[in-house]
Amino acid sequence: MKEDPGFYSYWPYQDRPKITWPNGARIAFWVAPNIEFYELDPPTNPYRAAWPTGSPSIAGYSIRDYGNRVGHTRQMNLLEKYGIRGSISLSTALCDHHPEIIAACKERDWEFFSHGIYNTRYTYGMSSKQERAMIQDSMQSIYSHTGQKCAGYLAPALSHSEETLDLFAEVGTELFGDDGGFYTCDLFHDDQPTPINLRSGKKFASIPYSLEMNDTIAFAVNKIEPRRYAEQLKLCFDRLYAEGESNGTIMCIPTHNYQVSCPHRLKAFEEALEYITGHSDVWVTTGREIARHFLDNHYTAAVADIADKEARAS
Amino acid sequence: MSQDKSKKTELPADYLTYAHRDYGMDHQRYPWSMLTDRAPVTWPDNKQLALWVNVPLQYFPLNQGGVPFKVPGGMTMPYPDLRHYSLRDYGNRVGLFRFLRAFDRFGVKPTFAVNTRLVERTPYLSRLLKERDDEIICHGYHMDALHYAGQDPTAEADLVARSLDSLRELSGQQITGWLSPAKNESENTPDILAKHGIEYFCDWVNDDMPYDFQTSTTPLIAMPLSTELEDRFVIQNNLHSEASWCEQVRDACDFLLNEASNEGGRILALNVHPWLLGQPHRIGYLEQALDYISTKPEVWSASAGDIKTHWAKQQQPAG
Repeated sequence: MKEDPGFYSYWPYQDRPKITWPNGARIAFWVAPNIEFYELDPPTNPYRAAWPTGSPSIAGYSIRDYGNRVGHTRQMNLLEKYGIRGSISLSTALCDHHPEIIAACKERDWEFFSHGIYNTRYTYGMSSKQERAMIQDSMQSIYSHTGQKCAGYLAPALSHSEETLDLFAEVGTELFGDDGGFYTCDLFHDDQPTPINLRSGKKFASIPYSLEMNDTIAFAVNKIEPRRYAEQLKLCFDRLYAEGESNGTIMCIPTHNYQVSCPHRLKAFEEALEYITGHSDVWVTTGREIARHFLDNHYTAAVADIADKEARAS
Repeated sequence: MSQDKSKKTELPADYLTYAHRDYGMDHQRYPWSMLTDRAPVTWPDNKQLALWVNVPLQYFPLNQGGVPFKVPGGMTMPYPDLRHYSLRDYGNRVGLFRFLRAFDRFGVKPTFAVNTRLVERTPYLSRLLKERDDEIICHGYHMDALHYAGQDPTAEADLVARSLDSLRELSGQQITGWLSPAKNESENTPDILAKHGIEYFCDWVNDDMPYDFQTSTTPLIAMPLSTELEDRFVIQNNLHSEASWCEQVRDACDFLLNEASNEGGRILALNVHPWLLGQPHRIGYLEQALDYISTKPEVWSASAGDIKTHWAKQQQPAG
């Protein structure tokens, strides 16, 4: 085990090269719906139990199924109303189980990125070969069902190995060259995109995905009220919008159809979306487009600035 | 590439094989179906929102066994946990009567989910419920008599039989609805319920509308009793204020009414506990919520069984 994952250097949030977004926007705003499949009776992982009880663990299984049966369409319609294309963090087995959801999102030109095969299959304990096979399977599934070359990764149930990001980037290159596997949502160290050091030397970025604004963290971990969640979303936006005037920022709302799409929560969520998209200098976009823009326009300057600051500090 | 160097472990091969990775669900209990793909449902008099107020009347034994877990709301202290025993009992002695006044004031038709052991122990309640004649569904034997994964099927069938036989006798009702204590089930619970005359159950929270649920004999109907909006979850688990619970109920009511106007009848299911909302400082918020909902002309207040029946009648294949 390592003291530090080694993906990035310390890089203070001041005096950085300026990030600019298309059309002079101050902030890049994206919504990342997690569309997940949890298995009723998954095989046992030695490091993490999928459910608190033996199968059937009805409370957990059935509310997640609610997300797909009921919640998905509600959130999809709401995002459409505000001109937002979702960037889907996808349990890719869902392409097989629920192709209707995939078709509806594809029709709306949403992005699909890999969130593993099932959210009940964890990376813990896998050999490199196994993790590589799982990642490859997930990226291939997205390609064969949607034609999209998967660009982003959020490890299934946020279960990682030391090699996760390397493997994802390498499989992406093998499958799709520079069009695949170039950003991660797994790291929460910044409000701007940052270069990630990989063993392959591939140009690769961390795109802020925000656990703090994640509805499951808000509702199931922090257990806050629906209207307070909307308030936090607005406060987060206000600050990043103000800071984005001098250097471009990113705001992500990661969601789950079984959380935010419950009838008692959607009204408050809609208020926040209406507020955010009602501002003029907002680039409403997807994770892939943010990462592409950063890698093409700002990555080199960022790498040079980090190296320069490190050299001066030492 | 050196990707094989850093990891020394390997999982069994079945961890990367996916036996159920195919169209639909990963089990045979119900088919995959999105709510928006189903035919719209209508309620009597063209109402749009069915209000199902579900009132669990629960008995938490002092000598809790906690098998296989301590039921939420149950005893937490070393024996004898007088504090939780008596605080839960409060609901059946005091809180319930505040509920009944509120229901009658706002024209709400409640459904009582009753632990059989409670009416065995309290003939007064048994008689009261009989006189009111609101629908009673079985909430299991008592809160410590859990149904759980790996439970012996014969023992579970005996438990179901004892719970239903006694409740049917004491209530004089047929008892066709079921709510498991803690909404927990074994892999056999639905099959056992169907064999004992149960027609619908309320444990699964994967829908906002009823749906058919396969068993080894007659299918059950799964009725959608939201956990996320129930008083215990919002107030006791999430620690939200009573005012916030009331606001969440109003928001849900507005949202579902709007959805119903476009997509057909919906159900607002409120699971409310007399030992929680029946407290003097909380009852006003239940009243506020019921006041708000009952002033909506599109709302149909009905028992779980009536909602189920009206839904089921519209599921017959046409022609």
